[in-house]
Amino acid sequence: MAGAGEALAAGASLPTYRYAVTRADLVRYAGASGDRNPIHWSDRVATSVGLPGVIAHGMYTLALAARAVDTWAGAPGRVRELGAKFTRPVVVPDDDEGTTVVVAGTVKRVEDTDEGRLVIVAMTVTCGDEKVLGMPTATFLATPEAADPLG
Amino acid sequence: MPIDPSLAGRTFPPTDPYEVTGERVAEFAAATGTPWSDGDPAPVTFPIVVAFSAMQQLMSDPTVGIELRHVVHGEQRFAYRRPVRLGDRLVAELTVDSLRQIGGADIIGTSSALTDADGQLVCTAKAVLVHKAGA
Repeated sequence: MAGAGEALAAGASLPTYRYAVTRADLVRYAGASGDRNPIHWSDRVATSVGLPGVIAHGMYTLALAARAVDTWAGAPGRVRELGAKFTRPVVVPDDDEGTTVVVAGTVKRVEDTDEGRLVIVAMTVTCGDEKVLGMPTATFLATPEAADPLG
Repeated sequence: MPIDPSLAGRTFPPTDPYEVTGERVAEFAAATGTPWSDGDPAPVTFPIVVAFSAMQQLMSDPTVGIELRHVVHGEQRFAYRRPVRLGDRLVAELTVDSLRQIGGADIIGTSSALTDADGQLVCTAKAVLVHKAGA
């Protein structure tokens, strides 16, 4: 597993992160993002449109994936690309535990550019046993230390 | 009402400038659990806040024919020229890249260019919106 002092190279597995998601998080995110769609806070509305219950904003799940990418990059502000399809809903039960989103990643390839080393990561983002994002990928600019740990 | 087929290729007027303040970024960072201290760049997905107002412009336009409650966010991609920073004044300009129908749903491909006060591109946010008409 790639970590401190090891080069980010193609094929390297990155540390997996687990993030808890509760109803309270969704309410806070609705306020912070401006997306107040009631399917993210009202069971009545969510079930009326055929969902099993309140679901997380797709963008909330993508924000959790971005947290993992920032951690792999080792510093904020280094992400150059991020994207995914929202393939399956993350259902968030109305209890204190909520649910858990798990973000795993593998280095797909690296590209050395004038700016530095770009690291292209393929992620797997799951909730329970199901993948909730389709082809989540990210590109970040490696820190000089991570690109060349031996200096 | 079906979606206006001439929508593809249409560019909407830029949104009102959005001022990136420490308060707004701190709130977004806290909501997503993103570690953040004053002076750090905004979290990676923060530009969605600005892109979202451009999408709302599209979805609330009565000439377009989208029913908001039937819209699902299908896909989102960001490409960054630079991170979003405190003090940025960002506007988003949305273009409808593509429009197609699959299985009774309209698949609307959009891209929003986010530019700063100098008119320089900061980030491109591409969203696919899935509209199930009359569902």
